[in-house]
Amino acid sequence: MKKNLKNKIALIVAVLLICLYGIFGIPSGISGKALLSAISNRIHMGLDLQGGAHLILQVQVSEAVNAETDNSVQEIQQDLKKANLTFSQVVKPDPNKPDVIRIEGTNSTQSDAVSALLGGAKYANEYDVSGGTGNNWTLTMKPLFESDLDKRTVDEAIETIRDRVDALGVSEPLIQEYGLGANQILVELPGVSDLDQVKGIIRSTARLEIHAVDGGPFPSEDAALQSVNGALPPNDEILPFTGDLGGSSSTSYYVIERSSIVAGSDFRSAEPGVNSNTGQKQVNFTLTDEAGDKFWDYTSANIGKSMAVVMGGTVREVAVIKGAIRDSGLIEGSFNQNEVMELSKLLRTGALPASLNYIEASTVGATLGADSIHEGVTAAVVGIVVVLVFMLVYYKGSGINADLALILNLIILLGIMGLSAWITSLSGGGGFTLTLTLPGIAGVILTIGMGVDSNVLIFERIREEIRAGKAASAAVDQGFARAWVTIVDTHVTTIVSAAILFIVGTGPVKGFATTLIIGLLANLFTAVFVSRVIFEAHLNHLKSGEMVSI
Amino acid sequence: MEFFHNPRVNWLGWKWYFLAFSMIFSVAGIVKMSWNWSHIGSPVPLGVDFRGGTQVDVQFAQPPDINAIRHAIDLAGVRDASIQTFGSAADHQVLISLPEQTNEAALDVGRQEIESALQAHYNNYFNPTTGVKVDVVGPTVGHELKTKATQAVLFSMAGMLVYLWFRFQLIYGVAAVVACFHDTLITVGAFALTGREISLTVIAAILTLVGYSMNDTIVVFDRIRENLRISRREPLTDLVNRSINQTLSRTVLTSGLTFLTVLSLFIFGGQVLNGFSFALVVGILIGTYSSIAIAAPMLVAWQERRAKKGRAAALPAARRSKG
Repeated sequence: MKKNLKNKIALIVAVLLICLYGIFGIPSGISGKALLSAISNRIHMGLDLQGGAHLILQVQVSEAVNAETDNSVQEIQQDLKKANLTFSQVVKPDPNKPDVIRIEGTNSTQSDAVSALLGGAKYANEYDVSGGTGNNWTLTMKPLFESDLDKRTVDEAIETIRDRVDALGVSEPLIQEYGLGANQILVELPGVSDLDQVKGIIRSTARLEIHAVDGGPFPSEDAALQSVNGALPPNDEILPFTGDLGGSSSTSYYVIERSSIVAGSDFRSAEPGVNSNTGQKQVNFTLTDEAGDKFWDYTSANIGKSMAVVMGGTVREVAVIKGAIRDSGLIEGSFNQNEVMELSKLLRTGALPASLNYIEASTVGATLGADSIHEGVTAAVVGIVVVLVFMLVYYKGSGINADLALILNLIILLGIMGLSAWITSLSGGGGFTLTLTLPGIAGVILTIGMGVDSNVLIFERIREEIRAGKAASAAVDQGFARAWVTIVDTHVTTIVSAAILFIVGTGPVKGFATTLIIGLLANLFTAVFVSRVIFEAHLNHLKSGEMVSI
Repeated sequence: MEFFHNPRVNWLGWKWYFLAFSMIFSVAGIVKMSWNWSHIGSPVPLGVDFRGGTQVDVQFAQPPDINAIRHAIDLAGVRDASIQTFGSAADHQVLISLPEQTNEAALDVGRQEIESALQAHYNNYFNPTTGVKVDVVGPTVGHELKTKATQAVLFSMAGMLVYLWFRFQLIYGVAAVVACFHDTLITVGAFALTGREISLTVIAAILTLVGYSMNDTIVVFDRIRENLRISRREPLTDLVNRSINQTLSRTVLTSGLTFLTVLSLFIFGGQVLNGFSFALVVGILIGTYSSIAIAAPMLVAWQERRAKKGRAAALPAARRSKG
């Protein structure tokens, strides 16, 4: 019995030390200041409790408009062909006005049919049609549709940025729309002071796209231009190729079709891989079903032609279509390990719908305000001290027991938070950092409340047993045994609810749920195991016939 | 030292008074919330987190003192501003966020408010033309967060109901969840009636009080279940009264201690945490109240209704199997 007790005490001390390490690390000194700085290094705090990076990004919504109209250009061409309506070209006449499409050279005898086609539901929702005289038609994107598209683009960008920031272990960021109709996004990341690192995390490059190749490679932009007789068709653009092709590492240029075959959200997943034949790094990707059909149609109709993988305005890879591809393929060659991982990560976390420009980047103080944090901490400490003192007065000797359990509970909770941050930093960002925010502190308050409750439940039962005439040891045993059922019920119910909050909720709700779950598990440990051990130690010292102080 | 030496209060005898009390506050809350809905577009005033607002960026000549700035703005009657330092320490810049309507006119209103407040009450020079910038901030709580949060709460209530169904009986789970809804309604009603704003942290406080209320209710139910197992002939009303009395010491102690902690936060915690601590103060009181006043009477009423209909009382599984 005594040896058992020693083992249990050793276990408790071990847990205590590990958690203290989690909170403080190895502090540089014992002064208050040194300890405080040690804590803020270990425990990751949210924006409301500490400052961080503050960025304002401009979403280039014109790119989204461009992509939309490019799509429409393609569709119009296909539809006109299918309906056997002649036309000379469908273009976007002004690069500064991406929302305008012109159809030129239609047959005057067919203008009714053309009008009907353009007036159909497919285009009428998006575009205002004008013209028909002189066999030219102009489609202008409806302002309402365009502003809706802008808003959707910004919303999508916000969600994508959130995913990227989340996926890289920076937790509890603030990401929201900014400015009045300016299509800007505000991003605040707690505890991050290296702005270059942040820019690296967010990555303003936009979509990954696959385009058809119309000509190339050319050694220079002029040579590329010459191949089309100096007049670049409106459907094409010239893009540089930065990579290794045939051993030469200089930049070459390609004439690429403007509108993409598949792009951005058409990619469902991407994994880094290695080519089994060549041993080269590659990215294996899969497309969504809808995009897969599109890709199949294109590749089966264009066997022998080349297609290019374009990212951030440069060509990354060119491949010849050897056979029809449906929805899974690979991008290979000219990538190093870093680039392959970056590419996969970008594809996985969803491509941005449009590029982002940094308008502002600086650091910002805690949103709660340093003064409020100070006040809040003081108030919390006062509250906890009142509880500790009260337990001593009300439960006398056993009050020490309850106080120790409560303090240990807090140490374990904070310790686990500190340890999670430490583990995450060791594994290079792949772990799960628990962030302390104000909602998290609410969870801590609930944990304290339930911790006190557990102890009170046990002690009240012990008192009942003593009143019923049981001896010290039996009273303690029965007290724990009968309170155990209630403690299990209350804790499991709250853990079930917190787990659901964690799974379904996002952001602060998640933070609250995490602190609560850890706090409750720590509570089960301290209120039942640790309290029991302290009682046992105390009972061992009692003379026979003596009662516990409670 | 002991507070209660064998209390013998007839709790269930008070049930109609309890019901009246709850009805009055619930209805008052609902009425105010409906009024709010038609006047300000939401049942309770919403903070910057939900509505977005105006952000004023002020550059001072001397290092800014956040406390003094907050005080100055308070004196001018501007409430619920979020104040944070901006840029490096040498910039002397401060960001002040106010919940306002997000349109052009409001930008100027917000700027004016802050400028006059600072010029009147805060002794730190700033240039009104070049040192002040205004911008509009969107809400932090996007549509997705709102939906997800609501779903999360509803699902977690369902989860608790199922667990209690499994451990006790369906009526226990229903009674506990009804008590939680009652608590949330009255707390949110309190916000509406006192004109306080709801922010994200207040939502966290409300989640806390749901957990707390549930905790309290389960402790009482647990004692009821244990007593049902022991005494078979005792009328349910007496048994429930006895169970509440037996747990009274524990209830008063735990609620009292948690309440004291939260009260300390409310009094000393400063203006920014005020909404958060207010929710907890009200929530803990009501959470304790609801276990005795709502959950227990509901339980008894249900069982008596079943008995009247001639069906056996719905008993927790443990008792049934004992036979």
